Amino acid sequence: MIALLLRDLKLSFRAGGGFGLGLAFFLIVTVLVPFSVGPQSALLSTIAPGVLWLGALLACLLSLDRLLALDWEDGSLDLLATAPLPLESVVTIKALAHWITTGLPLVLVAPVLGVLLNLPVPGFSWLVISLLIGTPALSVIGTFGAALTVGLKRGGLLLSLLVLPLYVPTLIFGAEVARRGATGMETSAPVLMLAGITAASVALLPFASAAVLRINLR
Amino acid sequence: MTLNVTDLAIARAGIPVLEGVNFTLEPGRALILRGPNGIGKTTLLRTLAGLQPPLSGSIQGAEDQVAYAAHSDGLKPTLTVTENLVFWASVFGTVDIEPALDAFDLKGLSDRHAGNLSAGQKRRLGLARMLVTGRPIWILDEPTVSLDRNAVDMFASAVRRHLETGGSALIATHIDLGLEGEVLDVGPNKAKPKPIDDFDGGFL
Repeated sequence: MIALLLRDLKLSFRAGGGFGLGLAFFLIVTVLVPFSVGPQSALLSTIAPGVLWLGALLACLLSLDRLLALDWEDGSLDLLATAPLPLESVVTIKALAHWITTGLPLVLVAPVLGVLLNLPVPGFSWLVISLLIGTPALSVIGTFGAALTVGLKRGGLLLSLLVLPLYVPTLIFGAEVARRGATGMETSAPVLMLAGITAASVALLPFASAAVLRINLR
Repeated sequence: MTLNVTDLAIARAGIPVLEGVNFTLEPGRALILRGPNGIGKTTLLRTLAGLQPPLSGSIQGAEDQVAYAAHSDGLKPTLTVTENLVFWASVFGTVDIEPALDAFDLKGLSDRHAGNLSAGQKRRLGLARMLVTGRPIWILDEPTVSLDRNAVDMFASAVRRHLETGGSALIATHIDLGLEGEVLDVGPNKAKPKPIDDFDGGFL
């Protein structure tokens, strides 16, 4: 299992692995927002938590279509399915590798981008906390979407259509934590909801992903 | 470990392709699978590898014993030859990749990226993967595609050594590998179309 994680991390850092694509996308989207809504700092600090969360979510989405499709194309998914690793752990490891290469960098860079959007000072820590709790759910749900569409030619668009609605609860509560934190309100209720969504996704979705993958590999 | 297949029926994309497939594969034996294109050889091998369920019949002794080599080699172009093999070795819980590199003459290529190998070299690497699995039953689907004469001999002697150490192999191929093994021709097992029953006939 460690071997699979290390291989996926290594692949993403090698040429054409796509590491940093999501990060660059997140950066560009955040920079474009002040251009589109105008430079009023009061307006920007109001919308900053929501914009940063939406940007992080879309950046996560960007790399999902490579998650299982590459392994399917070169046949290693078939070989992994016949290996001693259970498919449930294969998809869990793949989601973890996706989170480390996409989710975690987004969490780390979000405070810097918060400055660009004039995010109020108390909001920074809550933004990082909400992304840290929320992005694992994005990776796990995304892996489920990737498992559903594996083997389809041009499955990327379909994948986005399937996954975005599933991201809604995470987005609502994640952005709510950041927004409440930024305005100095009580945050415990949305934090608990967000953590609950992540815990449930991590606990249940790998079984669903492995099940659809088995059907798709037939 | 003996592989026992009784009265197996399989389907591809929901359409039955083979039925009544029976064979036993004892340790130390090779079985050459033959049959015309499209008869369902690949589907049969995928079923035995556990990638899809059979329509009916039973497969005994395949669980956790089978190493499967498909048409594609499952190589990562940006990893080196050694990294590719080490990955599969650790997935299967083995450590030593040297014999596999030796058997397919990959020593000189070990630091090259798999993406820079020729088709035949990639195939050799894909077949070397079988040696690091440590599994007793090899299931090989057209293993000699894009191999030259020399590499085919390398492959045949790797299989021979595997058989001598108590392994077994089921190989779908159209060429003569010079292996002593029974031939399983699945041509006669082609699934018959379902007879039209009264319900279907009512529409005609």
